[in-house]
Amino acid sequence: MSVHIVLPGALADLAGGSRHLEVDPAAATLAALLDEVAARYPVLDRRIRDEAGALRRFVNVYVDGEDVRWQGGLATAVPNGAVVQVLPSVAGG
Amino acid sequence: MTDLLAIGTRKGLWLARSDDDRRTWTLDGPHLLAQEIAAVSIDTRRPAPRLLAGVQYGHWGPTVTWSDDLGGSWHETDSGAIRFPEDTEAALGRVWQLRPDSVERPDVVWAGCEPQSLWRSTDGGCSFTLVRGLWDHPHRPTWEPGAGGGAVHTVLPDPRTDRMTVAMSTGGVYVSEDGATGWTPHNRGISAVFMPEPAPEYGQCVHKVAVDAGDPRRMYAQNHFGVFRTDDGGVSWTSIADGLPADFGFPIAASPTTPGTAWVIPLVADMQRVPPDGRLRVHRTRDAGVSWTEIGSGLPDGAWTAVLRDAFCTDDHAVTGVYVGTRDGCVYASADEGDTFSTVAEHLPDVLVVRAAQLP
Repeated sequence: MSVHIVLPGALADLAGGSRHLEVDPAAATLAALLDEVAARYPVLDRRIRDEAGALRRFVNVYVDGEDVRWQGGLATAVPNGAVVQVLPSVAGG
Repeated sequence: MTDLLAIGTRKGLWLARSDDDRRTWTLDGPHLLAQEIAAVSIDTRRPAPRLLAGVQYGHWGPTVTWSDDLGGSWHETDSGAIRFPEDTEAALGRVWQLRPDSVERPDVVWAGCEPQSLWRSTDGGCSFTLVRGLWDHPHRPTWEPGAGGGAVHTVLPDPRTDRMTVAMSTGGVYVSEDGATGWTPHNRGISAVFMPEPAPEYGQCVHKVAVDAGDPRRMYAQNHFGVFRTDDGGVSWTSIADGLPADFGFPIAASPTTPGTAWVIPLVADMQRVPPDGRLRVHRTRDAGVSWTEIGSGLPDGAWTAVLRDAFCTDDHAVTGVYVGTRDGCVYASADEGDTFSTVAEHLPDVLVVRAAQLP
């Protein structure tokens, strides 16, 4: 199984300098995908999820273009070949 | 001898240095640009001074990062320096305070955080353990967040004993006599204007506490309305606000060398929260709050700004230096205990914290 992750430029340094990751999760869910990310890049995972495992409030994650907050959250299905995009939300000042 | 002033702002960290006994300063930065720095400390107990910063990476969450080369490079623990244990079902909101312990406990660093929690590190701030005695306190479910969030923002370890004092908004002052295991509220005499009278045992919004140089059981508190002093380690507090133009404010600082000397920065409140008449001034007591004197030549008029609770500090010179950072991005330094100030920086983002130290 292979899932393509697209990161914002601000997080590329935490993924070895690349905005693109190919990940083979143990299960076809967003949680499993991020667990695999955490194993390879623990700091990157902490930028996306807090220590309780929740997506950070101002981080948006899209699976094949769909916001997971309106899908199943961390239980959202991530099928083989999916594109998962991580984006900062509209926030700040 | 170099003096270092660390300036944490809403969008990064600046470092000011003085090599002429604090007469002139050069500014270096930004470091950690675009990151909110709500807590910083300069740990001079180590062979190389360590800068510790409580960072909020914008959208990407909070953590503690450190530099052992004065900002040249920054490091963080892979798994996160501060992580709530799984059973708490909590997550770190913000690091509000980083406090190195005494020279006798050289690797111990304390952190006060949001949600209201106290953390102890025994490796110089790389990793912290939740202080369960405070987290599991039966009062905790009723500690309400203030406007800035619910946090332990003041951490005062006694360098000579196992005594520890913390303050939180809200919750008030809590003291441990046994090395941070058991905790007792110590708020008798401190008002809580946002609650019905009489003032409760706990729940106050104490903004900052400072320890007197001469007696660790004498402390000063700037409250959400009211300035107070205790002479018995917090068991009872009495008002020392007479003589001040306003009794609201965020910071309070005590001299590390001269007993009875402390400083506050009064703000008109409740809703305005600006210096009286727009004149930013420090008020100093030399008699433990019996009387106050307005000082601060060099601080601005027309300053409709505010000084937050950690944007005010002292250094440890024999003649104490006093440092003020404002929400409109200005930083002022005094080498004469607040009598006169010079401008260190202007036009920075909102200043959240300043900390000063002499570098070895």
